[in-house]
Amino acid sequence: MARVPKVLLRGLLGLAVTPGAVTLDVLEGAGQDVGRSCILVSIGGKNIMLDCGMHMGFNDDRRFPDFSYITQQGRLTEFLDCVIISHFHLDHCGALPYMSEMVGYDGPIYMTHPTKAICPILLEDFRKITVDKKGETNFFTSQMIKDCMKKVVPLNLHQTVQVDDELEIKAYYAGHVLGAAMVQIKVGSESVVYTGDYNMTPDRHLGAAWIDKCRPDILISESTYATTIRDSKRCRERDFLKKVHETVERGGKVLIPVFALGRAQELCILLETFWERMNMKAPIYFSTGLTEKANHYYKLFITWTNQKIRKTFVQRNMFEFKHIKAFDRSYADNPGPMVVFATPGMLHAGQSLQIFKKWAGNEKNMIIMPGYCVQGTIGHKILNGQKKLEMENRQTLEVKLQVEYMSFSAHADAKGIMQLIRMAEPRNMLLVHGEAKKMEFLKDKIEQEFTINCFMPANGETTTVITNPSVPVDISLNLLKREMALGGPLPDPKKPRTMHGTLIMKDNSLRLVTPEQALKELGLNEHQLRFTCRVQLQDPHSDPDTLSRIYTHLKSVLKGYTIQHLPDGTVMVESIVIKVSSSAEEPNTKVLLLSWSYQDEDLGSFLSTLLKKGLPSGLSSM
Amino acid sequence: MKLYCLSGHPTLPCNVLKFKSTTIMLDCGLDTTSVLQFLPLPLVHSPRLSKLPGWVSKDGTINLEKELKECAGRVFVDSQPEFCLPEKELLDLSTIDVILISNYHCMMALPYITEHTGFTGTVYATEPTLQIGRLLMEELVNFMERVPKAQSATCWKYKEIQRLLPGPLKDAVEVSTWKRCYSMQDVNSALSKVQLVGYSQKVELFGAVQVTPLSSGYSLGSSNWIIQSHYEKVSYVSGSSLLTTHPQPMDQSSLKNSDVLILTGLTQMPTANPDGMLGDFCSNLAMTIRAGGNVLVPCYSSGVIYDLLECLYQFIENANLGSTPFYFISPVANSSLEFSQIFAEWLCHNKQSKVYLPEPPFPHAELIQTNKLKHYPSIHGDFSSEFRQPCVVFTGHPSLRFGDVVHFMELWGKSSLNTIIFTEPDFSYLDALAPYQPLAMKCVYCPIDTRLNFHQVSKLLKEVQPLHVVCPEQYTQPPPAQSHRSDLMLELQPPPMPYRRCSVLGLPFRRRWERIQLLPEVGPVATHLSDISILLSLVHHSALQWGKKVFSQPPIVQVLPLKKMRGLATLGDLVNDLQRAGTKVTKPTISNTLRRQGLKSCSARRVTLLKPVHVQARLKFAREHLDDPEEDWENVIWSDETKI
Repeated sequence: MARVPKVLLRGLLGLAVTPGAVTLDVLEGAGQDVGRSCILVSIGGKNIMLDCGMHMGFNDDRRFPDFSYITQQGRLTEFLDCVIISHFHLDHCGALPYMSEMVGYDGPIYMTHPTKAICPILLEDFRKITVDKKGETNFFTSQMIKDCMKKVVPLNLHQTVQVDDELEIKAYYAGHVLGAAMVQIKVGSESVVYTGDYNMTPDRHLGAAWIDKCRPDILISESTYATTIRDSKRCRERDFLKKVHETVERGGKVLIPVFALGRAQELCILLETFWERMNMKAPIYFSTGLTEKANHYYKLFITWTNQKIRKTFVQRNMFEFKHIKAFDRSYADNPGPMVVFATPGMLHAGQSLQIFKKWAGNEKNMIIMPGYCVQGTIGHKILNGQKKLEMENRQTLEVKLQVEYMSFSAHADAKGIMQLIRMAEPRNMLLVHGEAKKMEFLKDKIEQEFTINCFMPANGETTTVITNPSVPVDISLNLLKREMALGGPLPDPKKPRTMHGTLIMKDNSLRLVTPEQALKELGLNEHQLRFTCRVQLQDPHSDPDTLSRIYTHLKSVLKGYTIQHLPDGTVMVESIVIKVSSSAEEPNTKVLLLSWSYQDEDLGSFLSTLLKKGLPSGLSSM
Repeated sequence: MKLYCLSGHPTLPCNVLKFKSTTIMLDCGLDTTSVLQFLPLPLVHSPRLSKLPGWVSKDGTINLEKELKECAGRVFVDSQPEFCLPEKELLDLSTIDVILISNYHCMMALPYITEHTGFTGTVYATEPTLQIGRLLMEELVNFMERVPKAQSATCWKYKEIQRLLPGPLKDAVEVSTWKRCYSMQDVNSALSKVQLVGYSQKVELFGAVQVTPLSSGYSLGSSNWIIQSHYEKVSYVSGSSLLTTHPQPMDQSSLKNSDVLILTGLTQMPTANPDGMLGDFCSNLAMTIRAGGNVLVPCYSSGVIYDLLECLYQFIENANLGSTPFYFISPVANSSLEFSQIFAEWLCHNKQSKVYLPEPPFPHAELIQTNKLKHYPSIHGDFSSEFRQPCVVFTGHPSLRFGDVVHFMELWGKSSLNTIIFTEPDFSYLDALAPYQPLAMKCVYCPIDTRLNFHQVSKLLKEVQPLHVVCPEQYTQPPPAQSHRSDLMLELQPPPMPYRRCSVLGLPFRRRWERIQLLPEVGPVATHLSDISILLSLVHHSALQWGKKVFSQPPIVQVLPLKKMRGLATLGDLVNDLQRAGTKVTKPTISNTLRRQGLKSCSARRVTLLKPVHVQARLKFAREHLDDPEEDWENVIWSDETKI
């Protein structure tokens, strides 16, 4: 079984004053590998599973994450507080029924409405191919998918969901596919953002990912295209249209194997608008089954598409295609040019494979692969240039038609990832779902540009990230108001100010109150702490004269302080008392008595140092 | 903490809450009942309306025949209809920081508040509220602009003249604030200030206050709001429903533990049961159609109409009305029907699960597909050629003063076969019909108001237990027409605080605590009770009463141990500080640098050396105090001794 990357966020909350830590364990796939995502996060004592994906390239136990990493035996329910699924691609949700029904998990599973709607259909589709067509056993059943979906709690964008008293999650729009979301997970003042797959540039049917400046402790980002800064989308689109156009012009047929949901809709919109603009007549077909349904989902979840489609949907619903018609098996033999979208996308079975067999022998035809193909599939073979394919019944098939590969998958590239970091301002960065070498490059770049720590755990590796949780304190309004009164009406944000208060830690709460209140509450007497200091001074004047000379001197030195010469023979600087005395034996040796309270320590020690230097000559005694 | 009440209308509220130095407007409802004083705006030239006699006072001294017309025994203003705006003089609208919208009916005054007033704040609303609110505003503007009326009547508004006018005109209130409809440009500009929020989303305002919309169950995207700080909680309940209709059910538990609950938007029809009304509606409709008559339903283009159509969807098959055409006529009819299908997230559970199939959540999609329901932007164009009778027409405006409904009143009013069924509770149906009298057409009044009734609200309040309740004064006494029904009012302990238009209420709050964040550096002082100096780092500071509106982060206070304030930081402290600022240095580097600057370490002498004078002085002191009682010594500390 494949190991699962795990992220443990171990933070100290509540009254802990020492900095905390967050740990992450990357279960399988989400580590330095593309194929399947599953991450465990421990934060503030809560365990969360992020995505529960399946590897499409394996046919054995390795296709599911290794849940024995969490517990050797028994159910997962008591070890996990919740499971969050970012979007409906099988490499992010394919192992969900296996996890919840076969391994055993009864807690909440969170996903957005579109994901909740589409995910069971894809799972069922996949189950049919594996069990009914390939005859595999030890796989989840239809009923298990249904039971699993009953545990799903739908998630709305930006809604703050309180999983329990301490754990809250919030979803953000991620682009990528219909209903894809990024999630923020928060416990106390610690937080983690998990991006799932996302796309920072709007495409023909989806918008760009967006997140607010939430300053998470860790941002966990996918990094499929870590090093690529992809050429503009327009170029790729033009290229695609050109190839389709050329083939159709010379009377050839174009086969585009797709998965029913996602890129298929984008390419349909693209061709639809192109056909309309160029006034093309060649028919476009979409293989039936899932797809009609799929378009329907897009119509009903139009709020999840991009702004342009949302704005115009009343006048013209982009998902009601004029030129694209349902495909029938018999059409494949029709003469003349045509374009056909057929499922599945990797040519491993079904309609796309049947059509391919029929058309492969004619060099006028073309096949365009718009996405990634897993090893072992026919799609993968022809992309690698194989010209002779072994089919069932020992027949061989010669591949004469043109084979084109074009990547339309919507992932963020390096530029997009940096852009997201700028948006969210995380304190630490964690890269998953990418190839090790590329991630290394991106990691260096991130650390350079943002001076934050960047981690890239391998599968099964645990990353611990130290967090710095701040401590919430209740401050008494009295104290604040008093400080305000002292400080004038508006504070200068650039000038820090000191304030004086007492911190009481009692009954699991921290309160900052005025010292008087604290004394009262704790039943303590107030002690006065006064500093007194004698300074000897040679000054051949009478005592009162010396005092007024000191007064004049201080007046000239300490501008902006209240200095009073009191009739009882003292000088007061703020609250500091200065007296003069002399002994009868040595009338010229004056002894200055300074006295100040603890609160005026700064000014008091300054004054004593100042007076020790003596009085400048030439002072008048007024 | 204060509440300024800018509207006296209980279901179209407009209140301003001043809370912790933020100014929050709660809803801006537009009182449209004022339009009942105006003549209808016909879409097609109406000889009847254009020939009405002008009004001259009996003694002939006041001649307003250009402005006022007599019609069916009442006097109406002949001008473009005007609306009664929220009070603008009570406080400076430019000081409002945010406006919270609870549902699309309660935002119709938005352009009057945000435009041309110096308003610079943000408006918060859910996506359905914004989209449907936009449709309703568009519709209103469209209704007004397609029948332009050059004349604007102003003379009748003078106090001295209004006093002498007959009937309801004399009693119309606040006529000086009445304004004509806004333009589309104002609507667009006002709505561009809206920021979308989702249910249960926590929105921070200036780091001082957190506002959260909660599902209120009344209409698509309708919400109640929680306005809270760490220690105070105000709940704003506006237009909520506990009935099972299309929207998501009301979130009640989040309203618990409020200090103050502001209660508005209760049902306007406390004695009418919505389910019964729906039944009446269907049976009257069927009866009229069977008799060969037409049915006119004046309604808003969003809201209850979805429920009506759903009800009819089930009803028409059973009642054998399958072939009767249903028409929905409004400039925004198509948009409204389309928009209702795409807000699955905001719908009740039943409708949500339909979307998963995938099927449209509302059955009117099927009515449209099977051609049973047709929608048109207006009576002009396609409708005039396609329309067949007998039929059912849903159209606006429910006041019967403007919109396509005016045309149908003129067309069908003369025949007793036809029926008009009122479903919207906002307007008195008798007043609405007044300018069309005498009418032969049948009138049925089935007001459907799904908002909370008094029974439901008292149960709700018992459950959520707010300390204080604020409500419009109308709710503190039985309705004037049913003064004996003491069950149609709020009876609470302590009694609710009533407000009326222009009231300013002081809310009973005693704020004693504020929440701040300590940075972890406070570590060394975490003893039981310690006196510490605190560095108020105002860089992060936002809204501790004095400053505001700069940062969205909660205030952060940096606590540093005393030694640092004195400049007596240790090398370790300096290394840490510099590292935080982005510089990495080692301890030896710092001490080397300091030495080069001439700063050396040395240990201070603990006590001053004694001179003979000191010895003498001490001896003298000791002798003097030799007999002092023990208690006196407890309060004395000497600074120049090592030990006490």
